[in-house]
Amino acid sequence: MNSLLVAPAIMVGIGLFFGTILAIAQRFLKVDEDPRIEVTNELLPGTNCGACGQPGCLPFAEKLVAGAVDPSQCTVSTAENIEQIAEFLEVDAGSQEKLVSRLRCSGGGLQAHQIAEYQGFEGCRAAAMVSGGGKGCSWGCLGLGDCEVACTFDAIHMNENGLPQVDTGKCRACPDCVAACPRDLFELVPLSQNLFVQCNIPLAGEAATQLCSVACDACGKCVADAAPGLIRMENNLPVIDYSAGGPAAPEAVFRCATRSIVWLEGEQFQNQESRKAGAV
Amino acid sequence: MRAFRRLRRNFEHGVHPAHFKDQTADLPIQRVPFGKDYVMPLGQHIGVPAQAVVAAGERVTRGQLIAEPGGFVSTGLHSPVTGRVREIGDFRGVDGRFAPAIAIEADAFATQQVDARDRIDWEALSLEEFIKAVQMAGIVGMGGAAFPAHVKLSVPDGITIRHLLINGAECEPYLTTDHRLMLERPEALLEGAEIMRQKLGAEETVIGIEANKPDAIEIVQQHIAPGDPVRIVPLKVKYPQGAEKMMIKSVFDVEVPAGQLPRDVGVNVNNVGTIVAIADYFLRGMPLIERVVTVAGPGVTYPANLIVPLGTPVRDVVKFCGGLKPGTREMIMGGPMMGRPIASLDVPILKGCSGVLVFTEAETARRKEYPCISCGRCLEACPYFLNPSRLARLSKARMFDEMKAYNVFDCVECGCCTFACPSNIPIVQLIRTAKDDLAHRKEPDA
Repeated sequence: MNSLLVAPAIMVGIGLFFGTILAIAQRFLKVDEDPRIEVTNELLPGTNCGACGQPGCLPFAEKLVAGAVDPSQCTVSTAENIEQIAEFLEVDAGSQEKLVSRLRCSGGGLQAHQIAEYQGFEGCRAAAMVSGGGKGCSWGCLGLGDCEVACTFDAIHMNENGLPQVDTGKCRACPDCVAACPRDLFELVPLSQNLFVQCNIPLAGEAATQLCSVACDACGKCVADAAPGLIRMENNLPVIDYSAGGPAAPEAVFRCATRSIVWLEGEQFQNQESRKAGAV
Repeated sequence: MRAFRRLRRNFEHGVHPAHFKDQTADLPIQRVPFGKDYVMPLGQHIGVPAQAVVAAGERVTRGQLIAEPGGFVSTGLHSPVTGRVREIGDFRGVDGRFAPAIAIEADAFATQQVDARDRIDWEALSLEEFIKAVQMAGIVGMGGAAFPAHVKLSVPDGITIRHLLINGAECEPYLTTDHRLMLERPEALLEGAEIMRQKLGAEETVIGIEANKPDAIEIVQQHIAPGDPVRIVPLKVKYPQGAEKMMIKSVFDVEVPAGQLPRDVGVNVNNVGTIVAIADYFLRGMPLIERVVTVAGPGVTYPANLIVPLGTPVRDVVKFCGGLKPGTREMIMGGPMMGRPIASLDVPILKGCSGVLVFTEAETARRKEYPCISCGRCLEACPYFLNPSRLARLSKARMFDEMKAYNVFDCVECGCCTFACPSNIPIVQLIRTAKDDLAHRKEPDA
């Protein structure tokens, strides 16, 4: 009977001993954490997407409480949530321009010329390593949907023409697609900026247009038609610099023969012939 | 005892692809007639691209320096033909991307004779001068990787090279360039080897030749004078016997640890073609302006071993071989295991291009991919003892960072795993994709 009791007694003794040590440690080694951090973190979306420039939501919450960032820098939260956070922390919500991801290429299956057929693992980066994936243009979209897989918010879907269609309502401007694209084609631009160059070919003239029917041939008409200084040619491509001139107007794109510079209202590729509509 | 030593002349793992070398093994090397257009990409080697020293419109002679090394890991480029520089601009390369290159238009009536040059007194050159000369001559590893040869010669202090190992394995199927070079130019091979051996201060030269080339072993052996510090080691026929670390294991029974180079175990490995190029430069004054290329495969009308001036478009080479047969589906530059498919016939022959292989429908039909059944054949095939099936699964799940823990960067992309896989999983492509992603990913700002 005695020996039966010894074991539990020892266990209880050990438990009490370490419990005491933990209690003392809790009293003297306590780390004071601002309780607001946890509450703020709860209010954040918890996607850890990195759109705010922080490694995740908790570090962003810490910076919020410290006052280093504005609540609106979280582009993923809804306006209500941001209001709540601002109210809770008693700070100004700040205002952030809505950014969306845009593709600097409009050469889908119908526009970009195919010089070879790619067979192999269905992925842009995989195809890019095999002789550039079959499209004649080695700067454009490969159309195999690495960005579609990478997108956290289900905002990117490949359209019938083999181009990624970004849902501007769902896009939170996190950099997932920017990192996933092996051709570095995605750019995060403010939704309010309508002028956009959707081509990435550094060639000029016929060299460019023989690779793709919607390639920029660097004719420079958009530069001439836009407000002085707004558009400049760099590396055979127009570069739009809103700080250098303006205002931007749709007239700049009217004379573009290949529709490589466009005036966007909403989503990209809205008026493009799709494979379904055009080919059949 | 001797039989036992023979058995040890081997490395572990590897695969046994069919050779397919009969097509061209007995065909003597012949010269391709000169064409009109030549494109010399500035980045034909691993490392920094060369820098052009000629301008558009300038006249160049065959063998003239047209680009200088752009750094230490870079080599010179020489004009493959006498003619005029048409343009310096971007041209499509083997990887499908456009890259800076010098386009040369050959003179229709030039003799294309290399000007007679004096033999270079290599014995009088100091080691630094010798290394510089190899760099300016544009000599790179001719086995396929195109790693500048002079970088291998620059041995840091404290390391002594004891053996010069010459790689005559040619373990890739179809290719017969090294085989033909050994048969037709054994003197040049041994002369080049002697230059290299003396400059490296190595004790002996070892020539490793796979046992399926008995004629090459015999002919090279006949040219070795008694007393020369040269020996030939016949190697087991197995892929990738020609990978330098595998060859060192087979010949010397020494393993080169991961992350180290052959020089760390006192060996310098060079391809047969590289050694012949060394002999051609120092004894005949000819820089690297042409190379031997095997044109083979079921889709080519007349397979051949050819001397091709660098920069020749694949189109011209194929045309010389009687063109492509109907039903041609795929062309590969290099060997079938490690070579790269090309998307255009306009890409030029480069310094590292050992073969142009043409395949038809029958060989390239896409095989259905099945799920991994965890059979472990890829693990038994991998000569670097990696876990290819795990790496492939991680790559499919896009868990590229986790792949570093499985030593993805030790993979040399030899393709044994993909060859062995019964489920037709493109393992090596998945690993390549992951390596590319890891190398190019932009790290977010902390």
